[in-house]
Amino acid sequence: MSTATIDKAAPTRKVKYGSMSRDRTWALRWSYFFLALFAMFSLLPPLYMLITSLKSSAEISAATNPWWVFHPTLSNYIEILTSNQFLRFFWNSAMVSIFVVTITMLISVPAAFALARMRFWGSATLATGVFLTYLIPETLLFLPLFKMFAAFGEFTGIPLINRWYVLLIVYPTLTVPFCTWIMIGYFASIPKELDEAAVIDGASWFQTLTRIFIPVAFPGIIAATIFAFTVSWAQFLYPLVFTTSIDQLVLPVGIITTLIKGDVFNWGQIMTGALLGAAPPLIIYAFLMDYYIAGLTAGATKG
Amino acid sequence: MVDVAFPPNRVAGAGGTRKRSSLRTALKRKSTTAFLMTLPLILLIVILVIYPAFFSLHLATLNKSMQRFVGLGNFEFLFKRDTFWLVVKQSCIFALTAVFFKALIGFIVAHFVHNIPAKGQRKWRGMLLVPWVIPPAMSTLAWLWLFDPSYSAFNYTLSFFGVGPIPWTGDAAWARFSVILVNIWVGAPFFMIMYLAALKSVPDQLYEAAAIDGANWWQRIWYVTLPMMRNIIAITTLFSLIVTFANFDIVRILTAGGPLDHTHIFATWAFRVGIEGSDVPLGASVSLFMLPILAIAAIFILRDINKRGNEA
Repeated sequence: MSTATIDKAAPTRKVKYGSMSRDRTWALRWSYFFLALFAMFSLLPPLYMLITSLKSSAEISAATNPWWVFHPTLSNYIEILTSNQFLRFFWNSAMVSIFVVTITMLISVPAAFALARMRFWGSATLATGVFLTYLIPETLLFLPLFKMFAAFGEFTGIPLINRWYVLLIVYPTLTVPFCTWIMIGYFASIPKELDEAAVIDGASWFQTLTRIFIPVAFPGIIAATIFAFTVSWAQFLYPLVFTTSIDQLVLPVGIITTLIKGDVFNWGQIMTGALLGAAPPLIIYAFLMDYYIAGLTAGATKG
Repeated sequence: MVDVAFPPNRVAGAGGTRKRSSLRTALKRKSTTAFLMTLPLILLIVILVIYPAFFSLHLATLNKSMQRFVGLGNFEFLFKRDTFWLVVKQSCIFALTAVFFKALIGFIVAHFVHNIPAKGQRKWRGMLLVPWVIPPAMSTLAWLWLFDPSYSAFNYTLSFFGVGPIPWTGDAAWARFSVILVNIWVGAPFFMIMYLAALKSVPDQLYEAAAIDGANWWQRIWYVTLPMMRNIIAITTLFSLIVTFANFDIVRILTAGGPLDHTHIFATWAFRVGIEGSDVPLGASVSLFMLPILAIAAIFILRDINKRGNEA
């Protein structure tokens, strides 16, 4: 842009223009060089996971170059994918994440609609409050929640501690505030004329929401869904605190508690498990990167 | 405008008995519907966030068996322990260093991505954001393996340069470095993406004007880019400071607080004391020390929102 302006303003000074463009080329080369360096830094651990997952235990403990696979084998994958334990963790994680995403959307979309469009007593305060709740870290709440659930179990006889469904109760505290917040942003950006037209045509509030707001703000809904899924898939502290039996564990905790036995690390299997555990968010990200980024930036820029 | 649609309903409601109609009109009213729609959200926040937050204040005043009120006894006990002060120091070192470098690296990388032709930006951005997408618990395992003392890929590579084996997680200073490094690796892409979005919103004319005035690249950054990005830098730093102070996964998996409690931060020590040591009240007291940073953040954000309200 700037070079073009200078070109127009001083077409006779060819030399100057040439040096600018040479500077530009060098700036570009340096940019690519550093970007490559940073990309290497970013991709190093996942690549190393992949490299290790293709090695046999013998090759891992041999004193060979750790950055190369000399005898690639799929034995780690076969072992992990045929172990009932691992499949159980995967199944638990998938179930928890899908339920949490559903619960989150059912709570946050109507709430965001009400907060964005239907002013009522305390709605502005509530919107700010939702945002502040998002800032309260889970590391502050896990001990009181642990005691609360234990007390609830004693009082009603319904056990919550060490059951996978306890995660369905606690995960929404992490996902709902953020999803509500970004949905408020998306809903608020829809022109008022659209819902006024709908109301004039006799649509109820519910119809306005399902026929107008949800279709128009669909990118926002996808972004919120991805966020809720990623958070519930990756959460580590809550399952570590609330679940202990092998059959109730979710993937991250399961890999760490079962594959690490005492001081013996079976790195081939650990890396395979970690890679498979990282795969669902990575696959979603690969296909829906733009929604992912939209959700990420919407949360803070609208704050 | 909106109320136009509702009189028919009120007329219909008037047909019934007095009591039922008033209930029905209440239900038809906009504010009632809105309140019902937000009710699940309110219940969730009150029962599972606000109540536990106050409950942890109460927990912190109980003794270990949770039967006796000890007032500030837990805090007195904490203040006398060296480990506690070690945790305070390490939490501050960890959070401040990590956030500073995350912001710096994010800023630099965002500039590089912004520099290259728009066509290739998507690809680079995609690669650079990968650390943020992988669940931190999983990627920290990969780092733990990279740091492994005997078969470490890092030490193997360094041995070619004549650098002796480094005890990445075994020595206090190196362990502190390692947890910070992993945290930077996970968090820098977030800053990069935020700053990139902010950079794209700076109008080109400002840079052209600066170039005409003879500003060099440093002056362009200092007088144009930074002032334009001030808000986004403030808010991302604040966010990241909270999240980093409250970090758990990385430290827990990489060092579990070791060696000799030198890498414990509030969250991991609260877990060690509260869950593993089953002294829940003491653990709650430890985790309460994350509140000051939260309060500061809340004040800043509320001020920002009020300011915006006045401008609008």
